Order: sequence, then C-alpha cells, then structure tokens
Amino acid sequence: MNQTIKRTDSTSPLSVGALLTVFLLLTIFIAANAADKAMEIQAYTFLALAGAFLIGICLWGADQNSKDAFDETEYDDKVVKVGVAMSTFWGLAGLLVGVIIALQLTWPNIFYFADFGFTNFGRLRPLHTSAVIFAFGGNVLLASSFYVVQRTCRTRLAGGMWPWFVVWGYQIFIALAGTGYLLGITQSKEYAEPEWYVDLWLTIVWVVYLLVFLGTIWKRKEKHIYVANWFFLAFIVTIAMLHIVNNLSIPVTLTGSKSVQLFAGVQDAMTQWWYGHNAVGFFLTAGFLAIMYYFIPKRADRPVYSYRLSIVHFWSLIFIYIWAGPHHLHYTALPQWAQTLGMTFSIMLWMPSWGGMINGLMTLSGAWDKLRTDPVLRMMIVSLAFYGMSTFEGPMMSVRAVNALSHYTEWGIGHVHSGSLGWVGYISFGALYCLVPWLYKRPALFSRSLVEWHFWISTIGIVFYICSMYFAGITEGLMWRAYNEFGFLEYSFVETVEAKHIAYMIRALGGLMYFAGAVMMAINLTMTALGKGEARDSEAAEKSKQAAGSLQPAE
Amino acid sequence: MSIMNRHGVLERHSLLLTVAILVAVSIGGIIQMVPLMYMDNTIEKVDGMRPYTPLELAGKDIYIREGCYVCHSQMVRPLRDEVERYGHYSLAAESMYDHPFQWGSKRSGPDLARVGGKYSDEWHLDHLKDPRALVPESIMPPYEFLAKKELDFDDIQGRLKTERLVGVPYTDEMIENAEGHLIAQADPEERGYDYVDSLFDAYEGIAGREGTVKARDYDGDPTRITEMDALIAYLQMTGTLVDFSTFEADDLSNAR
Repeated sequence: MNQTIKRTDSTSPLSVGALLTVFLLLTIFIAANAADKAMEIQAYTFLALAGAFLIGICLWGADQNSKDAFDETEYDDKVVKVGVAMSTFWGLAGLLVGVIIALQLTWPNIFYFADFGFTNFGRLRPLHTSAVIFAFGGNVLLASSFYVVQRTCRTRLAGGMWPWFVVWGYQIFIALAGTGYLLGITQSKEYAEPEWYVDLWLTIVWVVYLLVFLGTIWKRKEKHIYVANWFFLAFIVTIAMLHIVNNLSIPVTLTGSKSVQLFAGVQDAMTQWWYGHNAVGFFLTAGFLAIMYYFIPKRADRPVYSYRLSIVHFWSLIFIYIWAGPHHLHYTALPQWAQTLGMTFSIMLWMPSWGGMINGLMTLSGAWDKLRTDPVLRMMIVSLAFYGMSTFEGPMMSVRAVNALSHYTEWGIGHVHSGSLGWVGYISFGALYCLVPWLYKRPALFSRSLVEWHFWISTIGIVFYICSMYFAGITEGLMWRAYNEFGFLEYSFVETVEAKHIAYMIRALGGLMYFAGAVMMAINLTMTALGKGEARDSEAAEKSKQAAGSLQPAE
Repeated sequence: MSIMNRHGVLERHSLLLTVAILVAVSIGGIIQMVPLMYMDNTIEKVDGMRPYTPLELAGKDIYIREGCYVCHSQMVRPLRDEVERYGHYSLAAESMYDHPFQWGSKRSGPDLARVGGKYSDEWHLDHLKDPRALVPESIMPPYEFLAKKELDFDDIQGRLKTERLVGVPYTDEMIENAEGHLIAQADPEERGYDYVDSLFDAYEGIAGREGTVKARDYDGDPTRITEMDALIAYLQMTGTLVDFSTFEADDLSNAR
C-alpha cells in the first residue's frame, strides 16, 4: 500500500528537526549560563516555542504513515492559513499597543505606572512599531507571498517542511523581540531594535524564506515570472542585505543580551537610516506592491493596466529608494553632500511611486462600478490613494527647507501613519478579506456589511489621526522657532507640548476607531473560516471543494 | 521598444533577476556609506573628545534600555532657534564614540545633546522620579525605579573591551581599573577614594582637557550605586566634552 504513494520529500522534516535540535541545545547552554536575567528569560522563551515546534513535527510525523504530506499536485495552503491567522492576531496586538501609548502621551497621570517601569512609553513604542510592521505586516507578507507564488508559478511551495520553519521561526523572532523590549533588551536602532542573537535567528529564517521562494520559482510551470514575484523577490533580497549590514555588532558576551554596534556616530546614523528608510521602501512598499499586483487584478477581474509601466516603475523604484535614507538626517552632522544626495533621490522617488499607484488604479478601468458594491476592493483602491498621498508628501518633506520645520515633530508621525494605516493597513486588510474565503473555500465573507463598517470607521479614524498630527506637528514646529518682539524665543519647550494636548486626544480617538475596525475584521475573518453567516457552504462551494487541490492556471 | 522586449530574459531566469535586483539596490548604499568611512573630513578635528567613563557608559546603556532616544534627540541642528534653545549645533565628532549613535528622530521631549550641566543633579533626580512634580505639563514617564535599583556592573570590563574592539580608544589601564573607576566616580569620598586620581588621570588625560570628568554621588544616596547614579552621570556629561573655544566653525577643514 505504502509503495504506491509517490513520496516527494521525506528529508525536510528531519533536517528542520535537526536544525531545531542544534539551536535548542545551544539555547539550553545559554539558559544555564546566562549573563543577565533578561537573557535567561529570552532563552526559556525560545526553548518553549522552538521546543513546541519540534514536538509538533514529531507528533505530525507519527501520523504520516500512509499519506504523502507534501503532495506535489496540491498547493500548500495550511501554512498560508497559519500566516493569515497570525497576521490577524498580531495586527490586533500591535494596534492595541498603539492605542495605549497614544493614551499615555495624552493622559500621562493615568496611563503611566511608577511601579511598572516596563510599561513606560520608551519600551512600549518599539513594541508597537515592531508589532505592526514586522509582526502584522511581516505575517501578511509571508502568507500572501506563499499564496501568490504558488498560484502564479502553478506549483506547490518548495522545501516540504521548510515553509513551516519560515512561518514558525518568524513567530519565534517576533516573540523574542517583543518580550525583549519589555525586558529592556534593545540596541536602540529604530525598527532594528532586537539584539544580536535575535538578529542572527531572523537571518537564518530569512535565508530559508528566500530559498523557499526561489525554489518555488525554480520549479514553476509558467514560463514567465509574474510581476508580483519580482516585487516579493526584491523585498526578500533587499531586506536581507539591509538587516545584515545595519545589525553588524559584537556581543559583549555570548551568553548575554548586550552587544556593541560596529559603527559609531555619523557612519552609524547613515547606516541606520539607509536601513530605516528602506525598511519602508522594501518591507512596507515593495512587499505590499507585490500584494497589490496580485490581489487587485484578481478582485477586480481585470488585467494589470500596463506591463511596460510595471517594468519601468519596478526598476526605478528599487534603484532610487535605496538612496533616500539621508533625508532623515537633514541639518545633522551628516556631511551635506550625503544629505543632498538623499534629498535629490527622494524627490525623484515620487515618479516611480506614482507609477505603481497609477498601474494599480488604472487596473480598474472598466470595473469602477465595483467600488460601489465591493467594500474589499474599495479598501484596496483607497489604500492606493493613501499610497499616492504619502509618496507625494514624503518627497516634499525630504526637501531640506520643509524638513527644517517638519523634522522631530508630529508631522512625521502623521506622515508615517498616513502611509501605514492607509496604504499598508488597507492593502493588507484587502488581501486578508480575499484570502480567507479563498483558503477556506467559502462562497463569501461572513458579513459584507461588517466590511462596510470596518471600512468607514477606520477611514474616519485615519482622517482623525493624520489631521490631528499634521496640526500638532506644524504647530509645534512653528512654536519652536517663534520669536517675540524683543528677539527672544517666544515659547519654552513644555509650552509646545501643552499645545498638542487636544490633538493628542483626537489622535487617540482616531487610533481607537482604527483598532475597532480591525476587531470587526478579526470577527469577520474568524466567522468566515468557520463557515457562518454569508460564508455558509452552498452547493457551489461544495463543488469548488471537490475541485480544490488540482493545480489551476495562474491568472 | 527593444529594451522592453529584452526584459523577458529576466522574467524567465530567476537567478538573473535576483542578481539584477541585488545590483540595483546595492549602488546607492555603497556610494553613500563607503566614503563616510574613508573620507578624512567626515569627522571634525576637535579638542576634548574622550571615551565614556565606565559610569557614564553604564548610564548610556540605561538611556538606551529605557528607550529615551524614542522621545529625545541628541542632535542640535544649525538653525537659529535651536542654537539659542539648546546650545552650539552638534558636531559629528561629538558622537564618534557612540556605538550606536543617539541622534534620535523625534522630539516629544527636548533635545538632550547638551543637557549636561544645565540642571542640578537634584533637579534630574526629582524630575526623573516624577516629571510632573517639576513640570506639570510634562508627558514623560516616571523613572523612580531607577533610584531603587542597584547598578549591575559585574561585567563592566567586558563591556569596555567590546567597545575597544569596535575602535573606542580605551587603554589597558582603563580596562583593568574599570570597576574601580566606576565606583570612584559615583562614590569618590568613601569606597572609590583610591581610584579617583587614576580615573581623572586616565580620562582627562586622553581628552587633553581638564574638567570633563565629574565624580560625585549623583542620586543623593551615598550608600549605594544605583542605576539613577549612572543615568544622571551620563546626562550631566552629554555635550560637555568638546572645547568650543578652540573650534573654528568657519575654518575650511570644518566645511562639510
């Protein structure tokens, strides 16, 4: 009986297990000899999560006597489902922390606790940024890239058990980074706060991710690599490069959490913002443009507007983005030639960015009516509108004279949230709303009107958020440089803080509304997966269930 | 357009595509980052810069651990209002021993590049413990727990050694006496008495300038060396090292 099954891959669970075992043994050594308490807690966290994964593989392996677990004639959708579930979970967690820190800045007497220093703003803000960018955004990218690359290559994910290593290994990275911030473990480089050992772990996970992705492309049954996969590939390759260079550091001891950065001062600043801006450029832009290039044409049932535009804007976008970092360092001690280069390329970046927006928007040619009837498609189109807005605003803020006013102020916070809530958030929500019915073979989402509610409450939330922050930023920027009639500075610093209080209240409300929308989405997606409401299996769904499994052609 | 037709080659060969992407994304970074490592005029030649003393370094580690950089920049821009509010604009030289740099990106609180010496130790202590007791409109979190927690400096030697590995000019003598120097700076009267001279000789010697090392009990609790001692010691020295009386801003060597 067993001989009749064509086993495609039986070594990958063993090799994943072996790698995990090596790391578990190393971690046991670190746990036993930890130089600091925080490192000990981190080691036990790793042991629990990686150990659970190893046990999971063993239990799964014991159950696999008569089946081909990695059947080449089927897509690997289970791993995508886990990614989707994790995205939803981390999205809620990250947004909630955002609401909490917004409340802390608004009512510090209520939301700070002298006895719980680990809940102070300085530790929670990295938790918020990492949770929304890397935990939420990262899982959306993992799930959607694994889904898209299989469909557009018409083949199963490469690597057997390795995609599971990528997804679960990534969750371990998130757990270590997040609990690390609360414990006070940080190297203080924005969006690259995790310490050396977490960086090393992520590097391994990321290289495996690249190999799984490339391996899937290698065995594709389509002649051409689809445009979404160019963007995914650029995202994976470039993030690897940025991550490795920006995190070059030497640990004080191999059993301790603290490390010392290789670069210092001005060189370190340049490296950090080369990384920081391209975390935006390649994590939050290239990766999500890939999502746009698959999900919008699919949802609108229209081909991508222009193949030629996608080539031009892809190469110009990735070439130009990498230069833009120094606009974070205007008027600093960074030599001016570098600042000027950064500003010049930032302005040039406007065009390829809008190239992507136009290619996405115009894909709706002949299908604009769907905006009225399909709130999911509307969400994705509005995300492109926000993308266009923030990629115009960004080049404007990178002009030195504008930056002199906007830098260090809430304007930057407003800008980044217009991009993240509007563009990244909405394109992600759109993708998740598409993915869950497709993955679970449901005829529709649990409730379409709940999507409408989500759309409107979060759109108004974004407007509250960004308007209040634009107001606050420009106000404080002008107050900092205001002079009175005697030629003295008009305002003390704390007066400029006080002036933002009302804006902070509106921002917190906006954030809360956005969070409420995400809760609605989580409910909707869960009920859809369970097959409730409008997602209840109809006859058509039964049919598509039977058809599921066979490799369908790419669209 | 024939060049568009040739793009098909990249679409059919994933490795070629990967290599082309790598080339495209490498150029900008190389051109912006590599010259900064080699060009002599990236960092100004100034008098007074020295490595952090062990206590200051421990304080900087706490500054990083608590995420102070999230709300406080350490980079005064050469704009009229900033120079009047905070002091001389920041030089690249002033962060040459900061691994990593602490320039920050947001001012939810004021810039701290030159907060050193601006307020008394007692002010810092009271303000860190309960910011709104001194500044009612402040939105800063309270850091009272720092005053309760003894500073852990078991591995301060290893800490300095790692700094030296990445290029901070700590001498053998500084590393050997790191623990003694740390105690001497926080408690110069009693426990650290024997190391006070050595501390000043080592750090003011390398700075080539007197008066930049300050040894005293910073947190008002002479019986213990707390994290508060270290943090205030660090805050009180930020921006005080460079001798601006010898810095000629208009000199061509400082034009960058």
